[in-house]
Amino acid sequence: MNHDSSKGMGVLKRIFHHQYIWGVVAILLLLFINMIKDPSYLSITVNETNGNLVGNLIDILRAAAPVMMIAVGMCLVIATSGIDLSVGSLMVVAGAVSMEFLKGASDNLGAALAALGLALAIAAVLGAVNGLLVSVVGLQPFISTLVMMLAGRGIAKVITGGQNTASTNGSFRWIANGYVVGLPVVFLIALLVVIAVGLLVRRSALGLMIEAIGMDPKAARLAGVNRRGLQVLVYTLSGLLAGIAGVFATASVMTVDVSRTGDQMEMDAILAVVIGGTSLAGGKFNITGAFVGSLLIATLDKTVVFLGVSSSATPAFKALVIVVLCLLQSDRIRSLFKGRSPAAAAPSVEEKEVVAA
Amino acid sequence: MTQAHPIIEMKGISITFPGVKALDQVDFRLFPGEVHTLMGENGAGKSTLIKALTGVYRIDEGHIFMGSQEIRLGGTSDAQNAGISTVYQEVNLCTNLTIGENVMLGHEVRTPLGINWRATHKAASHNLAKLGLGHLNPRAPLSSLSIALQQLVAISRSMVTETKVLILDEPTSSLDAVEVEQLFSVIRKLRDEGVAILFVSHFLDQVYAISDRMTVLRNGTFVGEYLTEELNRTDLIAKMIGKDIAALRSLDSQSASRQREDRGEPIYSAQGISKKGAIDEVDITLHKGEVVGFAGLLGSGRTELARLIYGADKPETGSVHVHGEKQDISSPAAALTQRIAFSSENRRDEGIIRDLSVRENLILAVQAKRGWAKPLSKKESDEIVEKYINQLNVRPADPDRAIKNLSGGNQQKVLLGRWLATQPDILILDEPTRGIDVGAKAEIQERVLELAQEGVSVVFISSELEEVVRLSDRIVVLKDHKKIAEFENGPQVTAESIVTTIAQDGLDDQSGETTGEEAER
Repeated sequence: MNHDSSKGMGVLKRIFHHQYIWGVVAILLLLFINMIKDPSYLSITVNETNGNLVGNLIDILRAAAPVMMIAVGMCLVIATSGIDLSVGSLMVVAGAVSMEFLKGASDNLGAALAALGLALAIAAVLGAVNGLLVSVVGLQPFISTLVMMLAGRGIAKVITGGQNTASTNGSFRWIANGYVVGLPVVFLIALLVVIAVGLLVRRSALGLMIEAIGMDPKAARLAGVNRRGLQVLVYTLSGLLAGIAGVFATASVMTVDVSRTGDQMEMDAILAVVIGGTSLAGGKFNITGAFVGSLLIATLDKTVVFLGVSSSATPAFKALVIVVLCLLQSDRIRSLFKGRSPAAAAPSVEEKEVVAA
Repeated sequence: MTQAHPIIEMKGISITFPGVKALDQVDFRLFPGEVHTLMGENGAGKSTLIKALTGVYRIDEGHIFMGSQEIRLGGTSDAQNAGISTVYQEVNLCTNLTIGENVMLGHEVRTPLGINWRATHKAASHNLAKLGLGHLNPRAPLSSLSIALQQLVAISRSMVTETKVLILDEPTSSLDAVEVEQLFSVIRKLRDEGVAILFVSHFLDQVYAISDRMTVLRNGTFVGEYLTEELNRTDLIAKMIGKDIAALRSLDSQSASRQREDRGEPIYSAQGISKKGAIDEVDITLHKGEVVGFAGLLGSGRTELARLIYGADKPETGSVHVHGEKQDISSPAAALTQRIAFSSENRRDEGIIRDLSVRENLILAVQAKRGWAKPLSKKESDEIVEKYINQLNVRPADPDRAIKNLSGGNQQKVLLGRWLATQPDILILDEPTRGIDVGAKAEIQERVLELAQEGVSVVFISSELEEVVRLSDRIVVLKDHKKIAEFENGPQVTAESIVTTIAQDGLDDQSGETTGEEAER
């Protein structure tokens, strides 16, 4: 983005400089539609007995947590001009590992922590395998992670013996269903992780290096950037975050459904990243945008249910909202708002288009 | 050359970018059957003017006339429809398609059943033959051709349509002397057919060899239009840079006055490094504070050798000692650790990272050397950025501007700054002055000599032999992926003598004579 061009523009224009602002607008619009149907939709009440906040908005935050995790990982992977299709499958692996472990363990905090550690470690290892396939073996990211997407669900089925496994552990369940200071634990953890990753990439030089290899791998290599190491790191991180998302998804019901947990979550994550203004062509990325995108995905899911859109029409409705959003973000439409033609907007020929992919 | 009617007349053209007036009331005329050169330093507005004429940029003020009619160019297709074709500095073709497909792209021979590929390739052959390229197989992939031939293919592509105006933006920057001559004969042929040709080049020799008329720009303003025969070189350069060329001349004396003391132990020595298909086994030594020139034609192996030294390609044989210790330099990162830096000839693809800012481009190598976990502090990065922007006179001096918005010469300065910031002992510069203007070129050459005086060992690679001779202490001559000679620079060494060495080597091969002190087989 040209920071210099924002000089002298109004505050409004500077806000609209960020692509993800349209995601925020879309969220507000969806909430507004819901409010028309039910004026009390946005109300948040305090549960008298335990002080927890209750309401649709809280539900949306809770539902957005797993998407946030995988979207942040996906954001970094996409910035290296890769893609990680395996996140949904790594979610189910993490879920299967933790449920299977807890089934045979006692109901205490130690067991919950052990299950958590084991699940995240295995997800991270599988993520690292993705990274090695991409960087050392040199397979295309799409293929490597497609293989892992198929293999992951297979591994989960082997772990659980093909059954949906349930277990009980109060501490583990608390991760998804507990409350701290009135807010769901799951959202607070997600928020902390997003902030931590955001600080990690922007305060260290990781963000610059990732952008460099995503924009121009040859030039970055000649500048001494360690592409392989960074790719392994990024895919491992994506795997780890998918593991966290898997724990979130299974802990809320304390059951892993080997065919449905994490199903098509990779698509939600990619959409969240794109809505957040990160180009699928790689390069510049925006973690805040991925965060907003995840909230939008969750809002959209809740809205579809709330409005009573028939389940057969749900995918079409979702697609419609996202297409409109991508149109609003495209250079061509944006230039209409700026009042300058795309031809005048300098060398747009080589500009990487967000919507193209 | 006194046609009354120019085919293109641009009057009072102004274009403003945010914060910069790129063109200010510029006039330009182009006559049919004439080669017109646009002269000016980088950032003078040459590219902007061309882009105004090709419809890439809209003009804010002024008028463009074609013949006697005013035309409005809303986009590149308008310009193409008006018969204006452009071949850009960097070849804009699809390397994964065949030669014929590239030539005919968008003009394929169609039948009701789709594209007739046979006829299309035949038409491509025909078009190529018109430019003396009849020997090319239109079904071969474009990537099999040298950059020079790709350039000629790009020209034949632009001649497929009815072209009245052909714009050549730095067409010779990646060609060697023979290829330039081939290109020029094509240009002359087209000119004689009545095509109006707009030519942009930084090579003065070429400009004087080919052009009939020139327009000089400086800082976005119009300096004047001259007939080539009425403007000598000194005056031209003075008009372009707005000062005399004493600065350029002083380089010669500086080079000669440099002390040639005992060099001592080499800081880098390679024995028998090679890579199949790139360079045969070669020995190279580099000493502190000397400039070593690699001379040779394009494709002679000079770039390949530089890449081996830097670890951009991995040597398959041989051993390397840096500061007397054996080292395995198998990646750029390893080379940087050994304080070796390499600036690639391919500025666009292997040099700058277009979408990053000047600041990010400057600090990238230093940061990569430190690793991502140890970021430069704001203060350190500001220091580096400020130091090199001032030292190398980067314009505009705005570190947060995207580097793609800088002119070629300034991008090159930023790259030089990137490598200098790593504080190299050995700096390899591959074509650092290609495609940049006289002023920036002199600045970079001066900097190279300063670096050598500061004790850096500089490897200087250039297609301009005069430049190599002027700057180098020692010259390594390469041909056909082999080192054929190495000698100290001295009064007897000239561009001509190097050319003779290269030419002689071939003759010796044919007649079976020995090459004297160079036992290369």
